[in-house]
Amino acid sequence: MKRKGVEDGESIMGDISKELVEKVVTAREEGRALNIVGGGSKSFFGRTAEGEPLEVAGHSGIISYNPIELVITARCGTTMEEIKQALAEHGQVCPFESPVFAGRATLGGTLACNFSGPARPCLGSIRDAVLGTRLINGKGEEMKFGGQVMKNVAGYDVSRLQAGALGTLGVITEISMKVLPIPAATATVAMEMDVAESIGLMNRVAGQPAPLSGSAWVDGKLYLRFEGAASAVEGAVKKFGGEVMEESSAFWEGVTEQTLDFFQGDAPLWRLSVKSNAPHIDAGGSWLVDWGGAQRWLRGDFDKAELERQASEAGGHLSLFRYGDRSGEVFHTASSVQQRLQKNLKAAFDPDRILNPGRLYSWL
Amino acid sequence: MNETTISKAQLADAIRQLVGADNLIIDEETQKPYECDGLSVYCEMPMLVVLPETREQVRAVMKICHDNGVPVVARGAGTGLCAGAMPNRDGIVLSLARFSRILEIDPQARIARVEPGVRNLAISEAAGEYGLYYAPDPSSQIACTIGGNVAENSGGVHCLKYGLTVHNILGFEMITADGEVVQIGCEAFDSPGYDLNALLIGSEGLLGVVTEITVKLLPTPEKARVVMAAFDDVEKAGNAVAAVIANGIIPAGLEMMDSHAIVAAEDFAKAGYPTEAKALLLCEVDGTIEEVEEHIEKVEKLFLEQGAFSCRKSESEEERALLWKGRKSAFPAVGRISPDYYCMDGTIPRSKLAHVLLEIEKMSDSYGLRVANVFHAGDGNLHPLILFDANVPGELEKTEEFGGKILELSVDVGGCITGEHGVGKEKLRQMYKQFNDRELAQFHAIKDAFDPQGLLNPGKGIPELRHCQEYRSIEAEGC
Ligand SMILES: Cc1cc2nc3c(=O)[nH]c(=O)nc-3n(C[C@H](O)[C@H](O)[C@H](O)COP(=O)(O)OP(=O)(O)OC[C@H]3O[C@@H](n4cnc5c(N)ncnc54)[C@H](O)[C@@H]3O)c2cc1C
Repeated sequence: MKRKGVEDGESIMGDISKELVEKVVTAREEGRALNIVGGGSKSFFGRTAEGEPLEVAGHSGIISYNPIELVITARCGTTMEEIKQALAEHGQVCPFESPVFAGRATLGGTLACNFSGPARPCLGSIRDAVLGTRLINGKGEEMKFGGQVMKNVAGYDVSRLQAGALGTLGVITEISMKVLPIPAATATVAMEMDVAESIGLMNRVAGQPAPLSGSAWVDGKLYLRFEGAASAVEGAVKKFGGEVMEESSAFWEGVTEQTLDFFQGDAPLWRLSVKSNAPHIDAGGSWLVDWGGAQRWLRGDFDKAELERQASEAGGHLSLFRYGDRSGEVFHTASSVQQRLQKNLKAAFDPDRILNPGRLYSWL
Repeated sequence: MNETTISKAQLADAIRQLVGADNLIIDEETQKPYECDGLSVYCEMPMLVVLPETREQVRAVMKICHDNGVPVVARGAGTGLCAGAMPNRDGIVLSLARFSRILEIDPQARIARVEPGVRNLAISEAAGEYGLYYAPDPSSQIACTIGGNVAENSGGVHCLKYGLTVHNILGFEMITADGEVVQIGCEAFDSPGYDLNALLIGSEGLLGVVTEITVKLLPTPEKARVVMAAFDDVEKAGNAVAAVIANGIIPAGLEMMDSHAIVAAEDFAKAGYPTEAKALLLCEVDGTIEEVEEHIEKVEKLFLEQGAFSCRKSESEEERALLWKGRKSAFPAVGRISPDYYCMDGTIPRSKLAHVLLEIEKMSDSYGLRVANVFHAGDGNLHPLILFDANVPGELEKTEEFGGKILELSVDVGGCITGEHGVGKEKLRQMYKQFNDRELAQFHAIKDAFDPQGLLNPGKGIPELRHCQEYRSIEAEGC
């Protein structure tokens, strides 16, 4: 289905992406760094940005959406809100439930940061949904990788590689991704439980055939969300018990958008991405557990090296997600071989390090 | 590109010291089974075949090869269908066959740590004890290895709902071209820095050799049932597929076969397929008992509304297995009705199916070669099987040309040249159709980032840029 206005929008948008190409080429010639900015909703993330802003929000709009193919293609500056609305009109959703951040989050930024909500362990992240991208590398070359079909193994998967790369490998200009039908029914149950016990239960529930689509723990309560066929959701609620929440969407939105009380204030927000059943880490501070135990949030001042050690022990890695010192490293220390490979890869896309240099790691 | 700086005898001596005489094959006769993968029209004999048993041995062998400019071709079970594991004449085949242990299953975290030579099906068999399984299920799952699956980003009939290999791997250990060990990904859902997991899965052994893999396991669904629906017209079947999706149902698997494939499969498997049908759909729904009952009725109703002339729902596990048996054995079944067959692997937007099948039929007539089509209809992955006889002079060449045309058609309708089998040696030429020089140059830059000497599986996956112009001008001249 072609969207209204696409025909005449095409040429204007073509020009905008040409303009972006020119800006990258000029910046490279003049040896200037660029700081790629979409809606600016995630400027808190990563290390402090260097370089001159390269605004991409103007490069926006849905290019094609075919509900029957379960695929949508949009320009990088399109807001997630617009995409979600377009999908909702056809009874579909972005499975990865990324935050819309008060309408400012764009599609390009969402892929670059690889943010996803509570459904992530069950339905994947935007990294899993992405099928193809158009991007401009650090040499100002616009290229197309992947496509609009579900399966494509020709060439290296450059599209998924953009997930979490924080724009350091290219300016993403267009994204195609897989979408899913809105589940027919949903229900959330809550139960009082301590964090250690909750982590165990989350893993046990996820190991059983049930339509689980989210499990989180905060403030002494475990929340389990089931989505799918009405009969299956009913069955799960009966089976696992707990108090059925009348209105649960506000809670899950608060987790996704980071608007719950837990996220208020400007104490450092640490993210531990770990093996789902890793024991609770008794480091003090306050915790919120999401992703069925695989994503753990911690507030407060901590020694980064010590937390890193604990995250590694738990099978995963640490990041200083928000607040705190953003001039030092905010992501997990990489091994020397990892560093070498990642630097080589950066050079393969952006030999002069002009795209978001230092945003991911000081050395990248 | 690279210059080998060591003789076969010298290399054999050095490697024998590392892995022992039992794990080294030097003579041609014993090497013979390694000359090709599942696509046997491409053959080459290697210098040596090495079967290391430990990670340290792999490292040391890779290091020697690196220092002496010797190409390395990793090999799993050799079931690949793009000549990806075909040896290099001046290099070694590095078989991972001895890496066949399941190292750990953590049922609570739903994770298994396995060696790359473990067979795909063996993982699900071992995890079954805990009510878990590994979801991606290529039709070759009895034989193919998880290492090969990682290298090809393999799919299977259940990938519509559960994703491809890339969606089901948490991390792995890899040996780099110069013999260093590196951990990619971890036991969490993401990893710091670049998502090398995503980049390396499907990289066809061009960027490193995988020596250990951490896979996700899923709870075995309480129940699964399949509906078989027969249509007298391909387009109706295509519409029926669209109707299922439009009604908000994501089946566990949704497969289509055309009349040639139906006849061959029925003859082979006696699954009860109606041989007069022009198209057959197999739609599996799984989940909790309630969910399956709700969806199976809905799907059957939709199929009938879309004009199916017969529908059959599996009433038992045996019946479900039987209905799938025909589909899962479609390749060997077709192998029985023709001396040889050539399997293509394009993907297309589902809405273009009827058009593409019609075009293939036209080409089939003009080339005088029969085609049977099996189709992962849910995710648009088409496998046309071109029937030919390699003993007829010129017929293989004709088949290859026909196959190439099908792939180009796939690209023209908005699809791609390979959905799951990979590029390997086979589809290098069609890569020019899908990517321009700039994009290919970007691929080469990625390759250089991991393997600057170009020693890992050289001549596969990404075509050389300098041939580019030649190929294109040949095409333009119409030869
Ligand atoms: C009858 C039949 C049905 C098939 N059905 C399907 C299907 O449904 N879906 C599908 O996707 N494929 C299918 N295939 C193709 C094939 O089985 C897959 O590509 C499979 O993943 C190959 O695994 P393998 O162990 O045989 O790998 P091989 O053929 O040995 O190798 C494949 C590639 O992987 C590389 N490689 C192998 N091991 C490693 C390692 N440890 N590290 C780095 N690189 C490595 C090799 O160099 C080569 O490039 C089918 C094949 C056959 C013959």
